[in-house]
Amino acid sequence: MRGLAFDIAHFLAGGMVLVSFMLLYQDRVYALLNIFALHALVLALAVGWQAHTQEAPHLYITAAVALIFKAIVIPVVLRRIVQQLGIHRTLEVVGGVGRDMLAGTGLVALSILVMLPVTQGADPLAREDLAFALAVVLLGLLLMVNRHNAISLVIGFMSLENGLILAAAGARGMPLAVEISVAFSILIALIVIGVFLFRIRERFDSVDMQAMDAFREGRRK
Amino acid sequence: MALMADYLVQGCQMALMLLLAPLLTGWIRWVKARLLRRRGPSILQPYRDLLKLLRKEVVLADSASWLFRVAPYLIFSALWVGASLVPTFASGLPFSWAADLIAIVALLGTARFFLALAGLDVGTSFGGIGSSREMMIASLAEPAMLMMVFTLSLLAGTTELSSVARFMSTADVGLRVSLALSLLALIMVAIAENARIPVDNPATHLELTMVHEAMVLEYSGRHLALIELSSSLKLLLYFSLIGCIFAPWGMATAGSTPGAYLYGTAIYMAKLALGGFLLALFETSIAKMRVFRVDEFLGAALMLGLLGALLLFVSRGL
Amino acid sequence: MSLPLLLILLMILLAVGGYGIAAARQPGGSRRVYGATLVICVILLLLALARLLAGQGVQTLILPFGLPWLGAYFQLDALSAFFLVVVNLGGAIASLFALGYGQHERSPERVLPFFPAFLAGMNLVLVAGDAFSFLFAWEFMSISSWALVMAHHQESANARAGYLYLVMAFFGTLTLLLAFGLLAGADGGYTFGAMRAHVVSPGLAALVLVLALLGAGSKAGVVPLHVWLPLAHPAAPSHVSALMSGVMTKVAVYGFIRIVFDLLGEPVAWWWGGVVLALGGVTALLGVLYALMQHDLKRLLAYHTVENIGIIFIGLGLALAFQANLMYASAALALTAALFHVLNHSLFKSLLFLGSGAVLTATGERDMEHLGGLIRPMPWTALAFLIGAAASSALPPLNGFVSEWLTFQAILISPERPQWMLKFLVPAVGALLALSAALAATCFVKAFGITFLGRPRSPVAAQARETDLYSLTAMFILAGLCLLAGILPGLVVDGLSAAVGQLNGSALLPVQRSQPWLTLVPVTDVKSTYNGLLMLLFIGVSGFTAAWLIHRLASGRVRRGPAWDCGFPEPSPMTQYTAGSFAQPIRRVFGSILFQARERVVMPPPGDLRPARLEVEIHDPIWERGYVPVVNAVVAVSSRFNYLQYLTIRRYLGLVFGALVVLLLGMVLWR
Repeated sequence: MRGLAFDIAHFLAGGMVLVSFMLLYQDRVYALLNIFALHALVLALAVGWQAHTQEAPHLYITAAVALIFKAIVIPVVLRRIVQQLGIHRTLEVVGGVGRDMLAGTGLVALSILVMLPVTQGADPLAREDLAFALAVVLLGLLLMVNRHNAISLVIGFMSLENGLILAAAGARGMPLAVEISVAFSILIALIVIGVFLFRIRERFDSVDMQAMDAFREGRRK
Repeated sequence: MALMADYLVQGCQMALMLLLAPLLTGWIRWVKARLLRRRGPSILQPYRDLLKLLRKEVVLADSASWLFRVAPYLIFSALWVGASLVPTFASGLPFSWAADLIAIVALLGTARFFLALAGLDVGTSFGGIGSSREMMIASLAEPAMLMMVFTLSLLAGTTELSSVARFMSTADVGLRVSLALSLLALIMVAIAENARIPVDNPATHLELTMVHEAMVLEYSGRHLALIELSSSLKLLLYFSLIGCIFAPWGMATAGSTPGAYLYGTAIYMAKLALGGFLLALFETSIAKMRVFRVDEFLGAALMLGLLGALLLFVSRGL
Repeated sequence: MSLPLLLILLMILLAVGGYGIAAARQPGGSRRVYGATLVICVILLLLALARLLAGQGVQTLILPFGLPWLGAYFQLDALSAFFLVVVNLGGAIASLFALGYGQHERSPERVLPFFPAFLAGMNLVLVAGDAFSFLFAWEFMSISSWALVMAHHQESANARAGYLYLVMAFFGTLTLLLAFGLLAGADGGYTFGAMRAHVVSPGLAALVLVLALLGAGSKAGVVPLHVWLPLAHPAAPSHVSALMSGVMTKVAVYGFIRIVFDLLGEPVAWWWGGVVLALGGVTALLGVLYALMQHDLKRLLAYHTVENIGIIFIGLGLALAFQANLMYASAALALTAALFHVLNHSLFKSLLFLGSGAVLTATGERDMEHLGGLIRPMPWTALAFLIGAAASSALPPLNGFVSEWLTFQAILISPERPQWMLKFLVPAVGALLALSAALAATCFVKAFGITFLGRPRSPVAAQARETDLYSLTAMFILAGLCLLAGILPGLVVDGLSAAVGQLNGSALLPVQRSQPWLTLVPVTDVKSTYNGLLMLLFIGVSGFTAAWLIHRLASGRVRRGPAWDCGFPEPSPMTQYTAGSFAQPIRRVFGSILFQARERVVMPPPGDLRPARLEVEIHDPIWERGYVPVVNAVVAVSSRFNYLQYLTIRRYLGLVFGALVVLLLGMVLWR
């Protein structure tokens, strides 16, 4: 497993973490969507490489699903939604990018600290993949927590899900049915979210979560 | 005799740095002009500018002190020495052990320290703006660069550049995320430190967002020539650094034949031409950012560097 | 041989302090006092240097005073000798400076008696050989320096600084007392030899480490125990500030090293190193960030001391972590880095405080916002201060860079630490160190640039005059030493080897003297090397060649004219960047989170002729979150017990009686 195959797998999985960081760094909607497409592309490559090295053909399907739906369909649809809603202005960041990046680095350290000692004795590639996947999940959560805009909430959720797929691909033996059902659930989630975005927008004239919070506060009083 | 030859090569390296620095600046300007559909000045224009400036008299502000007059020479020599210590066409030169990568980073710091002081010396508001912002940028860029040094030294087991270059050209480096992260961090630092777009615009004056040009506003004549030459040297230094660490191919080793040296030089020039082209392409395709976005940009570089070092500690532990 | 002589010299130093009471009223008395301390410190320095170079070995002496059944133990080994060198070098230079500076003292009777006593106290700490004499000397040092802080007590800020200092000093001594108690154990062998022999259980040893960190750390200025330092150090006269910041903090570091590395024995757990390392990193970063927010020159320097203490503790923490993993060669590197930085910081911080003293004499100002342009009236002071500033910004080829370089090498040397936490902590601390080094450069561009460069911001700055020859000599000796230690670091590392070996099971760095070109080689020459001498040569030769060629072949003409400033030169010096505006970008980047720095523009309504104002609000999180609640709690409790002031005599006697009975009962139950 050592050698070039390991290096490439390591590089691609690490690339996912890097792209997650780029998601954190972005504060414009279109750039965010593009980077998300890149995220999915790297995921597809990583899963594809796993399929190649593990000689598990069903993983090719996962990779293809990731490539078609996440790298192409979802970004395009989201871009449409953004265009129709007219919310392509700068996103607000709670706190500031520097703090987010610092927190992100801490989360990566945390996920490595958690994963590596626990999985001692397992295949080194799987261990590293798991650590990176956890990092991607945590970064996705951070993105969801720290942004006001509903679009970045969606992106955070999707990148989190990418992390799950990465973990599943590394872990060997996730059945194909699960993969496909996850992929479809994501698609359905997209549709639901899209509908919701329109509804939210109709009702509150904004997709800024803070505005909605303010509304809720108001109702409670 | 072999020792003499070694020293000769070292001398050639110093001379080469001095000669190439304006050429690189000219090349980047020319490519940028071409990309903008302008004809642009000749590649040799920076040499002409320098010679002209050298022959002109210096107009010193009334409130300038001795530090203002000494600083250009100090800055120039620190950057020249720094640039000459980076392996370019050959590794393992006789004085390569005099300073490692950390010392080169610190030499850059010395040059910057005196440049910022010179900006404050005359006591104008522009000078102050430049110095203050330059130091803000540096205080994030320098640690980001040192994190890259950490990653390299953990990989190669040394901070000496010649050995790093030799290690990086062997096969056991492999594809590593840490290296990609470090490269990214180093490029971001290089952009910021050399006052390139999107952090600063090297071609502008009279703009409130300028940093480097504001600091050197009061310089004229031979002092300005030295400052200009120094910033070209600094750019060349960063190019050589990226080349010698991340693309160490084709370098001659110490004590090889003159033919190998010539071959190394040709490869080195090709790397510079490619790097310059990429920089120009990047600069024409992106807009300048606000000054207070710069800290986010460099903070990201610092975090990438740190992440690279962290990941490396992990993959070593496996 | 040298220990009795040393003690006799310290007695003479105390006698000089006694003479200082009388000398304060005589004309020329301060000259005589400072001259005497200068001579004594130089002799002590030479003695200590000879002892340090002689190698390892302990010399002890028991004198029949102190506690009746114990006597007073004194000892002199390589570690003490190194710190004696630091203390007496600082003392000699401060005395030399004071030969000129002391003339301006308004109330010499408050300085002259205590200055020699302070020096004697610091020396005594270093040669103490048992817990009682150590703590006695420690308190003596604290109280004599407190008296010096209070020399100008008429200013209310100084009185507050003195009060805070006193409270923190007592707190520190208390924790050290407890630490020694634990080290001695129930049988109570209070000599250092007995403590070394006594094995402490791991839990208690950890407690000793924490107590030593609290006690020595509060004296040295480790965050969050640093709060008194930036108030007290600047309050004293400048040559005393130089001693307190440059030297007394090092005595505190000595206390920590003596207790943790020597008396406690081998570190038991790796997390000891981790704790010290993390504290060091945080101290370094916070210290320099605080320093950047200051506009009082001396307070800036004091905060910068906090940063350097952090760097020293990073080195010590690394050494502890290495020793816990039995990696003695690496521990030797970390220890060498820490001790080298002790020396370096004492050199450049003394130099900078002396320079600020010269500025204070010339202008009467410590506030940088009222200074500026001093490089013209005071060119020599400016040059010396510049060298100090460059050295403390870790710029090659000066000395500050060498010790930071060694610390970086110690961080980089060690990927094979087995503990996961250390794997993450070490690069993170490396990042903190790198960040604080870069910020230190910013800090000193600000300190030097705003004070000495630009145009004068007040009439006093415009009318300043160069300081006297004694002060200049003192500063230039230090500047020369900064340069020497920077270009010949190998010799210093060799000099430190006896002290390092003593703490580190005799594991040492390679001998540096025999390296070609006097290159610094911390591990092996395939790893990393640095040569300050060649750097200086290269920079000097290329700079001078360039200057010569340009003046020879091109043009050497100069014309003076008004500043260009983009065509809009403004005659008022108030348009220059100030200390506050210089630090504004940094405040914006780091301060908004850390210090909750807020800027507010107050615009008067239209028609109102008042000027608009920009207000900056900065909070000190450590003081407000850490200390204010404690102070409030103390005040609340004491106001509760206030009624005890109004009891009858019978009640008071009852209290005493009750306390006695409770104590006796406690003893009975304890048995």
